[in-house]
Amino acid sequence: MDNIAIKAEKLTKRFDDFVAVDAITFDVKQGEIFGFVGANGAGKTTAMRILCGLSKPTSGTAMVAGYDVYKDPEKIKKVIGYMSQKFSLYDDLTVMENITFYAGIYGLSDKDIKKRGQALLDQLGIGHEAKTFVSSLPLGWKQKLAFSVAIIHEPKIVFLDEPTGGVDPVTRRQFWDLIYAAADRGITVFVTTHYMDEAEYCNRVSIMVDGRIDAFDTPSNLKKRFSVNSMNEVFYQLARGAKRKAD
Amino acid sequence: MRNSALRQLFAFVQKEFYHVFRDRKTLLMLFGVPIAQILLFGFLLTNEIKNAKIVVCDYAKDYGSQEIIRKIEASKYFNVKKASLSHDEIEAAFKSGEIKMAIVFPAGFYNDLSHLNKAQIQVIADGSDPNTATTLTSYLSSILRDYQSQEMAQNNMPYTIVPEVKMLYNPELLGAPNFVPGVMALVLMLVCAMMTSISIVKEKELGTMEILLVSPLKPFLVIISKTIPYLLISLMNLVVILSLSVFLLHLEIKGSVLLLFAESTLFIISSLALGLLISVNAESQMSAMMTSQLSLMMPTMILTGFMFPIENMPWVLRMISNIVPSKYYYTIVKAVMLKGLGFSAIWQETLILGFITFVLVMLNLRNFKTRLA
Amino acid sequence: MSAITLDNITKTYNKGSVLAVDKATFEVAEGETFGLIGPDGAGKTSIFRVLTTLLLPDGGNATVAGLDVVKDYQAIRNCIGYMPGRFSLYQDLTVEENLRFFATIFNTSIEENYALIKDIYVQIEPFKKRRAGKLSGGMKQKLALCCALIHKPVVLFLDEPTTGVDAVSRVEFWDMLKRLKSQGISILVSTPYMDEAALCDRIALIEGGKILSIDSPANTVKKYPGKLYAVKSSNMHLLLQDLRNYEGTHSCFTFGDSMHLSFKQEAEDNISKLTAYLTSKGHQQLEINEIDAGIEDYFIRITEKANG
Repeated sequence: MDNIAIKAEKLTKRFDDFVAVDAITFDVKQGEIFGFVGANGAGKTTAMRILCGLSKPTSGTAMVAGYDVYKDPEKIKKVIGYMSQKFSLYDDLTVMENITFYAGIYGLSDKDIKKRGQALLDQLGIGHEAKTFVSSLPLGWKQKLAFSVAIIHEPKIVFLDEPTGGVDPVTRRQFWDLIYAAADRGITVFVTTHYMDEAEYCNRVSIMVDGRIDAFDTPSNLKKRFSVNSMNEVFYQLARGAKRKAD
Repeated sequence: MRNSALRQLFAFVQKEFYHVFRDRKTLLMLFGVPIAQILLFGFLLTNEIKNAKIVVCDYAKDYGSQEIIRKIEASKYFNVKKASLSHDEIEAAFKSGEIKMAIVFPAGFYNDLSHLNKAQIQVIADGSDPNTATTLTSYLSSILRDYQSQEMAQNNMPYTIVPEVKMLYNPELLGAPNFVPGVMALVLMLVCAMMTSISIVKEKELGTMEILLVSPLKPFLVIISKTIPYLLISLMNLVVILSLSVFLLHLEIKGSVLLLFAESTLFIISSLALGLLISVNAESQMSAMMTSQLSLMMPTMILTGFMFPIENMPWVLRMISNIVPSKYYYTIVKAVMLKGLGFSAIWQETLILGFITFVLVMLNLRNFKTRLA
Repeated sequence: MSAITLDNITKTYNKGSVLAVDKATFEVAEGETFGLIGPDGAGKTSIFRVLTTLLLPDGGNATVAGLDVVKDYQAIRNCIGYMPGRFSLYQDLTVEENLRFFATIFNTSIEENYALIKDIYVQIEPFKKRRAGKLSGGMKQKLALCCALIHKPVVLFLDEPTTGVDAVSRVEFWDMLKRLKSQGISILVSTPYMDEAALCDRIALIEGGKILSIDSPANTVKKYPGKLYAVKSSNMHLLLQDLRNYEGTHSCFTFGDSMHLSFKQEAEDNISKLTAYLTSKGHQQLEINEIDAGIEDYFIRITEKANG
């Protein structure tokens, strides 16, 4: 079972009488790019919080990188990376200061921070921008930088919460190049997105509706099952029937 | 058209009240803080002082002084030490904190009293602790009154003992009842300026300001609608503070209540204008809060005169205090509420306060942005 | 008369150091749904704010409903509806309270223009006693649209109405816009989602403050120079790298489940040569088909040109 990065079984989260996550079962393989798709309010964020060790489930089991979300949330946090569209980097710190800060949180040595930080900037082609304030970087660069920083400690799994929102189409694709490169290095990628074409880039996709996982397969199998040409249509067919719209 | 403007105004004010009453934190700030401040003070004021150490220097050593001293000793409030101290020695005792009060009977006290029907005693209290000082002197006065009426009953002679009270360190005895006008200035400033600026900046943060600007609402109407709720809430606060002061702290409003409210309204308008000015430049609720704290709360606390006497401040601060509206309001409230003076005594302060308000309102009208930037 | 005209509108920030909009010129006809398509930071919101009289332009002229955005701003504010990018309703007011408030400040009532918002409002009416802050993204969007429509505006400005909204709600939202268009309301709408561009009558592509193209969606994609191919194989990630390294490749980008490829030069044997190259690299289940370019393909193509 070494090659399983995340395993959830009947994972449930209740808030009073509201079931945000309703007995979801799925597994993510090591090095896989796993798309976590769903309508607003379907329960994606809640599920993601549980897996990141930020929130305790009501029932069910979940193992992340071999650790139990009930018993070892602190250990989970050490071996994962996280990036979201809303919050990524500190605007009032320079590029290198951001890198130093995040790498420092994960206990990297000064030598490692310097080495990996420079390698990271070179990979992004912004080696000369180390002393630039993040606020003056274009949005596309910021997002790419944020992702690279989120995996600077070589986590086993990286969680990406709508990482490409509002980004221009070219940068969006460059961003996915980075995701592929990370997956090739063996980092498991768990990503949520509203762009359905991006769901096609994932190895496997789960589609959440009303707190349940209604579909879970490779994009090509899903399209075959619903006899449609795109993931957009798959999603539309599934989410149209959602009841929990106002929540 | 006038009718529709009124409807807009009403809808807007109603909305503002929804905001206020649906946010517990705001509610607590608006009504909890003033009540807490008054209650806290009420508690301090009604807190009885027992066994205060005092020194009695009896240079008379006659029938009268002995009798009074016996009464003082019998009281539970005082812990009397008898000594013949010089003035310097008394002051040294105050400085070391050994005593709270000193009473000096001059030689020939009873002689004066029985022949001239009038005698003096000297009372020295520690003005740096105004609460204790006033309480102790009032206890002493009642003992003296007691003695006088007893003497009168016996000899059928109207005696008067004049206690010559001297406050060390804080001759004007700032504090005590003066605290209530101070709290009024502070609370009104807080509610009007801080809350108004925060509520406007909140709309900026939320993005609703964009919609309001794009609507046919006249900017003037936005300002009025934003300020009316806080004007009303401030007046309610005023009623609460005054009621608590009168019924709980037994503080008497000596002057005209109507005048007090009229002057308060003027001060409220100046505070609202200040709040609006802050909101023009602040981009986040946090910065509105910080600006209010630094530029309004601090000056109100320090430069109004109810916490620290302005007379003793360096001239720079004294100059600055002249443009702090709450300083004038504080003087006005003290005059009306505590001294029972009429408008003729405060017209100068009112004029200055009115002028400051006028300048602030004009600044606002000039600065109000009909666009985002 | 045009609903909106822009003539060389320029907008800068920070005392001219940041150029947000660079001589934008376009027109929106009466009753037209016009899309402003571009990524974050392209200058879309600045154009919206100039047109809604929230910001003064640094140069150029613009009119809305025939009124000048600088001189006649009061008159414009009476006749437009605006939905800013951020969710802009009072979170602590209920659905109904929000709607009633906005109706009143626009000098009207819910009842007066109910017909216009009926289709949309019935969907959120069951939740009318709920605070707006507790609604889902899609529901908030519908409420915001109702509030922007309640005074029956002549021109409707929608700044990124579908950002952060899920695919189903997005489809519903565009359906609503279609119905509004049939009522004769002119609409200027912006979006970062290229697939939504096809739903507009005409679109302007914008990047770095510059308008790069104005045309109908169908004509826009026809302007794509040369041919475009969709390439698939069993190992897509490897395919991307191999295609990028291929000498004849002009550009190659992933599009859903395939790669969109254009050649440096159009030639008869392009496909046979590429097939041979990819087969030699060990690709299996190879599929190469000529396809029509989409808006996104065209956008990438012209921004490439603009960038270098």
